Amino acid sequence: MTFLGMPTAGTTGKLRAARPSPEAAREALANTQLRRNLGNATATIRAKRATVVAELPDWAELRAAGAAIKDDVLANLEHYLVQLEEQVVARGGTVHWARDADEANGIVTELVRANGAREVVKVKSMATQEIELNEALEAAGIIATETDLAELIVQLGHDQPSHILVPAIHRNRSEIREIFLREMEGVDPQLTDEPRVLAEAARRYLRDKFLSAEVAVSGANFAIAQTGTLSVVESEGNGRMCLTLPRTLITVMGIEKLLPTWTDLEVFLQLLPRSSTGERMNPYTSMWTGATEGQEFHLVLLDNGRTATLADPRGRSALRCIRCSACLNVCPVYERTGGHAYGSVYPGPIGAVLSPQLTGVHDNPTLPFASSLCGACFDACPVAIDIPSMLVHLRSRVTDDKGRTPEAAAMKAVAWTMSKPGRWTRALRLVRLGRLLRGRRKVPPPLSAWTASRELPAPPKQTLRDWWGESGEHDGGA
Amino acid sequence: MRVAVFATCLVDGLYPDVGKATITLLRRLGHHVELPMQQTCCGQMHVNTGYPRQALPLVRNHVDAFAGYEVVVAPSGSCTAAIRHQHADIADQAGERALAEQARELATRTYELSEFLVDVLGVTDVGAYFPHRVAYHPTCHSLRLLRVGERPYQLLRAVRGIDLVELPNAESCCGFGGTFALKNTDVSSAMLADKMQALHNTGASVCAAGDASCLMHISGGLSRAGSSARTVHLAEILAATESATVGPPAPIEQVVA
Repeated sequence: MTFLGMPTAGTTGKLRAARPSPEAAREALANTQLRRNLGNATATIRAKRATVVAELPDWAELRAAGAAIKDDVLANLEHYLVQLEEQVVARGGTVHWARDADEANGIVTELVRANGAREVVKVKSMATQEIELNEALEAAGIIATETDLAELIVQLGHDQPSHILVPAIHRNRSEIREIFLREMEGVDPQLTDEPRVLAEAARRYLRDKFLSAEVAVSGANFAIAQTGTLSVVESEGNGRMCLTLPRTLITVMGIEKLLPTWTDLEVFLQLLPRSSTGERMNPYTSMWTGATEGQEFHLVLLDNGRTATLADPRGRSALRCIRCSACLNVCPVYERTGGHAYGSVYPGPIGAVLSPQLTGVHDNPTLPFASSLCGACFDACPVAIDIPSMLVHLRSRVTDDKGRTPEAAAMKAVAWTMSKPGRWTRALRLVRLGRLLRGRRKVPPPLSAWTASRELPAPPKQTLRDWWGESGEHDGGA
Repeated sequence: MRVAVFATCLVDGLYPDVGKATITLLRRLGHHVELPMQQTCCGQMHVNTGYPRQALPLVRNHVDAFAGYEVVVAPSGSCTAAIRHQHADIADQAGERALAEQARELATRTYELSEFLVDVLGVTDVGAYFPHRVAYHPTCHSLRLLRVGERPYQLLRAVRGIDLVELPNAESCCGFGGTFALKNTDVSSAMLADKMQALHNTGASVCAAGDASCLMHISGGLSRAGSSARTVHLAEILAATESATVGPPAPIEQVVA
């Protein structure tokens, strides 16, 4: 097939961890308020998801269908993308192709400028976060206002999202109240931290924005190649306002978001809400095709590392991801560190496989190791992405990239020892020398990482194989 | 039945009692048990740390070591899963088709202990006696890669004298994760702390599991925290009888006090 961009990691945007994930995680773990907020929130969503998933007798079949549809899309991406473009154009829309974040930001900025607008309203979108569109617009003198409640909390707090679906999951209501009081123009100073009151304050603040905005920017949950229809699913109705009120709509969409036909939506509209919010159906599902008279619709198709990801047979199924965040909510690492520790807009297990693939592992060498490989993410994934196996694969790409390291040398030595039973038997006898360490308070690295929180077991006086050999046990038995 | 035990490298070198218990139990159930001396390690540490090519000679050795045996039993969910889900793939990646085929075949006659007892032998009451309060931690790989499900609980419920208590959030990872415990030691320790708290809340004096590796992590944490609770492998509980008890489990000797 023809690749849209170069299959290299020529990506830009917020996908790179600025520092090693263990270091970022350590800082997050020290924040006890954060851990409480996250623990409560993920436990609640986990329980809701489990209940609504259990309701469907054909969940396994839906999951398999979701994976199969996405695999078809990925295998025939060129065909479906061209079909989508033809359909969108035929219905009055304009299609733009962006190789990376910089190109996408340039296209959107020019479109907003061409409209003479200084402000845009935004529907919650991972793609625009990935490319850091708000920052790019701000640099061009354009104010972008997030209209999803949680995104607004993050934006007003000069903060970063920490979850795909619930970007302010790391905040509790009293923290949100403080942010609103400090940052929200015209807010009632008597504001309480009741969720209803906070939502009402945001509603009033946003209403003016909806009514005055000339341009809206959205992402897309799905694009149907057959008809050129775009779709956004949401809970608050802010998306519907943005998608319908302003004269110009600009949608930025990753090229993997395609579905071949309308009937495929049936599968995904069952999988997505149950996996993400733990609801049977999301409150708002908006669909639009092309542009009606007097309005403009622009679709920006974003690569930004996706074709490079597609080129790896062992990694490409990460592009099945529908950004539901079920894997985040069940992940024991995410639950304790939160999303910021991943350093990318895509946190959690899916972020640990997607971010390094979009950027190339060289730019994200610690994320594939930020997992205990417990496998809870794979079980929860509605499109059956085998995240643990993919993490293991990416780890090998990282070690290949790093080449000769002390760790690689140690692994080689251990493998050499273990590949012949004679060597192994002798090595195990040497391990018994570890008994000499008994009672010591300090051990050298890497064992010191172990003893930071755990005691080390003292080796036994006799290994199992020596016991077997010496005790004549092999003569016994039935 | 002629049963070969794959003890795993960790049990061989650090926890021989788990291997002895596995052998004792299988013999008590009337089987001829062998511990093939050619065995070393399944290579999972290499694969999961990003060195699949280094694991290739280990896969080859493993396949050779167990070539002549009717059935292989391992007291580990994780190592059994490596044999079942990684070995053939490692050989395939290296272009070793014949080895991959042998590995696939060996995987079909390799069982984790609770699988072997319940599925192959069809027993749940193995005649064990263990008069202690036990909380069972289902290890991630036995749970999600092997899907052993109820099997360990069926075996434990049939043990005489046992007070088997439910562990809250049992299916949450203990935080071991192989080299994860070293590379991400802070997160690993935070996960361990929550597991120990859950364990403490049950009042159990014993934490049982089917993997010596996870138990090494949990026991290391319990000792550090000064807890009186101990870890015991499922095989050790099932091997214990009125005449040959393994409990109350002795404190595990630790290197760093």
